[in-house]
Amino acid sequence: MMDYTITKTLDVKKLNCPFPILKTKKAINDIEIGEYLEVLATDPGSVSDFQAWCNSTSHELVESSQENGIFRYIIKKTK
Amino acid sequence: MSEKKKRLAIIASQANITGAYPPLLLATTAAAMDYEVGIFFTFFGLNMLKKNKLNKIKITPAGETAMPMPIPQIVGVLPGMTSMATKMMKSWMKKANVAKLQELMDIAVESGVKLIACQMTMEVMKIKRKDLIDECVVGGAATFIEFASEADINLYI
Repeated sequence: MMDYTITKTLDVKKLNCPFPILKTKKAINDIEIGEYLEVLATDPGSVSDFQAWCNSTSHELVESSQENGIFRYIIKKTK
Repeated sequence: MSEKKKRLAIIASQANITGAYPPLLLATTAAAMDYEVGIFFTFFGLNMLKKNKLNKIKITPAGETAMPMPIPQIVGVLPGMTSMATKMMKSWMKKANVAKLQELMDIAVESGVKLIACQMTMEVMKIKRKDLIDECVVGGAATFIEFASEADINLYI
């Protein structure tokens, strides 16, 4: 069950490393602390990249899932 | 945030496509991960800081033994082969949606990556300050070492 509202969705499908991360960094600047960013990607490397990016920036990776080859990440802005 | 930022220091010494990508890919990614980043461009790597040069960076097939070319290695030294290999490599990269070097450089500049041009290389290769992009600073080994001494990651590419 989702207990959050997505403020912004970023579509980085078909983009390759490092664009999903670079665009996510930009997009997170557009939302407020406590809000949620949804990212849709097709780069299989993004699974570990988004975990690493969140660990490093201390934003919270609330959800990481995959459906029909599309990876979906929900990130909570923490700072 | 009073927390000290992590730092990445890179020496970029190559001018081939395969040597030019890693410094910019890693620098922009690290900047997106809230690192403070500096790149020291030396020897052929300095070409990357020349104005209007980034999109003309090539790959020389001779010596790139892992490059899948439909020709024997020795043919790679013939005239025209570098431009052919460069075209092939660029078309593969375009198909794979890989960023252009110029796009990555723009993001690097935008995200505050410190670009240091090697003064000594400029002397050797007769490169003037005005030949280089405005966003870089000119410095020597000591400039880089001072920056690198505080870095969490140091890379030579």
